Amino acid sequence: MKILVCISNVPDTTTKITFTDNNTQFNTAGVQFILNPYDEIALARAIELSEGGKGTVTVINIGEISTEPTIRKALAIGADDAVRVNAKPHDAYFVAFQLAQYVKENAFDLILTGRESIDYNGSKVAGMLGEFLDIPSISIIKKLDINGDIATVEREIEGGKEVITIPFPFVAGVAEGVAEWKIPNMRGIMSARTKPLKVIEAVAVKTLSEVISYETPAPRGQVKLVPADDAAKLIELLHSEAKVI
Amino acid sequence: MSVLVYVENADGKFKKSIFEVVSYAKAIATQNNTGLIAISIGTVSTDELANLGKYGADKVLNASTDQLKTFVNQAYASIIFEAAKKEGANIIVLSNSFSGRGLAPRIGVKMEAGVADGAVSLPNQTAGSFTVKKTAFSGKAFAVVELNSENKVISLTPNSYKVIDGGANAPLETFTVETKESDFKAIVKDIIRATDKVSLPDAEIVVSAGRGLKGPENWGMVEELANLLGAATACSKPVSDAGWRPHSEHVGQTGIVVSPNLYIAIGISGAIQHLAGISSSKVIVVINKDPEAPFFKVADYGIVGDAFEVIPKLIEAVKQHKASA
Ligand SMILES: Cc1cc2nc3c(=O)[nH]c(=O)nc-3n(C[C@H](O)[C@H](O)[C@H](O)COP(=O)(O)OP(=O)(O)OC[C@H]3O[C@@H](n4cnc5c(N)ncnc54)[C@H](O)[C@@H]3O)c2cc1C
Repeated sequence: MKILVCISNVPDTTTKITFTDNNTQFNTAGVQFILNPYDEIALARAIELSEGGKGTVTVINIGEISTEPTIRKALAIGADDAVRVNAKPHDAYFVAFQLAQYVKENAFDLILTGRESIDYNGSKVAGMLGEFLDIPSISIIKKLDINGDIATVEREIEGGKEVITIPFPFVAGVAEGVAEWKIPNMRGIMSARTKPLKVIEAVAVKTLSEVISYETPAPRGQVKLVPADDAAKLIELLHSEAKVI
Repeated sequence: MSVLVYVENADGKFKKSIFEVVSYAKAIATQNNTGLIAISIGTVSTDELANLGKYGADKVLNASTDQLKTFVNQAYASIIFEAAKKEGANIIVLSNSFSGRGLAPRIGVKMEAGVADGAVSLPNQTAGSFTVKKTAFSGKAFAVVELNSENKVISLTPNSYKVIDGGANAPLETFTVETKESDFKAIVKDIIRATDKVSLPDAEIVVSAGRGLKGPENWGMVEELANLLGAATACSKPVSDAGWRPHSEHVGQTGIVVSPNLYIAIGISGAIQHLAGISSSKVIVVINKDPEAPFFKVADYGIVGDAFEVIPKLIEAVKQHKASA
């Protein structure tokens, strides 16, 4: 089985998000970039499924050369080879289009993405890629099992889940529950340096959306403290002042 | 040109988040001097469908063949696309729900439309451009996205637009299109939904607890408080990692981002990754025994105290409040 895991390069979760140029640019100064945490779960599951000669795992990233440390991290965790499409990931449509182009030329049975990237939180790449390829896509899965040539996934829904069977090939966005994060071992880190990382050029595609500015949430006022033995006072404030209960 | 809103049902019923979506789509239609058409897919009663007129739908299309009983995003996206073509709709609006996230991108590709996911306010069309504000960096910021395409897809974050009612019942129209067999490869075998609990992503009140609760055996009082308030329960990441609570309750940068009217955080320190997921809550209450806990810096109301003493008192206070209301 050939598995493709689409990975993105995102600011570390501890990053304090700030902007420059009149709030039009994300301030990357001093920001540490990491492999998107959800993509890491997808990668971990892909490796589990391919272990013991059952398949191969390729990771693909749309990004400029600065993303290569993140790609090497994925190789260290256990991907067999990597592809970088040399371009700025303009928007989800652009990214999904590049991925579709690659998949059309290199068939895969299973394509995994993270449920969303923790920078733009779009949850769009999996669905767009599925549509470009005219194959099924499941936006957010919490479980992925394979039985012969059919997969069983659990899709997250409000207040519960759906159990879905789905034939290959398909695309799925992976969330927690599918696998545990894998920490690369020394052998992985050593071998990552020599594993193949192919760089290809992007294909031209229309620009449909563009981030033009950013805003940060309005700061809150001073916290109003209520004495610990006067819970009734808090309920009263929430009712008559905040009007939320 | 018109606006088409997809109205998602849960077990044949529309939730409040769908009334928000219809109200929001109506406002966009009004901005563009055009009408609003709703499309429902699956099995929903005619009363429930006609009722959408109250929130602004001028007409409701109903696609409800047996084949469409369960949600298959590939097939549903095709139907919404066909409906858009038939009605000449160039703006598609839907909820940024779990299903919405499976649909919006597929519709976007079919229509070659820019997709604004997780919108938090009405589009701005004043400067001749079309921009939408959405959450970014898992709630740490907002991004203003310009949609350059002729067609547009917008998914709305639950709890970010108010329900506006007052209209009359809407006329219904059966919508039938030929479906493609290849759109139904994914087969829903089972749906497991807790009907006695409030679902977290669109809850108006959330009671959330962290490692300060010490162990899963102590969640009884958290659930009791949530039940009394009609709230959903949530937790911090270490709590779900430890298996004390299911992953679906984990809130934050790597979990669910919520924007309820009221978020009550008990025994949660307020790490940056947790705050990311809850910062757009309208009112935040923090209960923590440590007065230096970072969470107090972003709270509107707080109690410095031991959760094991404060929660039972809160439960009593809510009971009294409800009794006197
Ligand atoms: C890559 C990455 C992603 C992450 N993503 C998330 C995320 O999405 N969501 C998330 O929540 N975390 C996330 N984290 C973890 C985050 O950094 C914190 O570790 C976590 O939020 C802390 O959880 P907590 O507040 O429950 O526990 P703690 O930090 O241990 O805090 C417990 C709090 O309870 C208080 N307390 C203790 N006993 C009592 C009592 N009896 N009564 C009242 N208060 C009491 C303490 O004063 C303390 O403030 C992430 C971390 C990483 C590295």
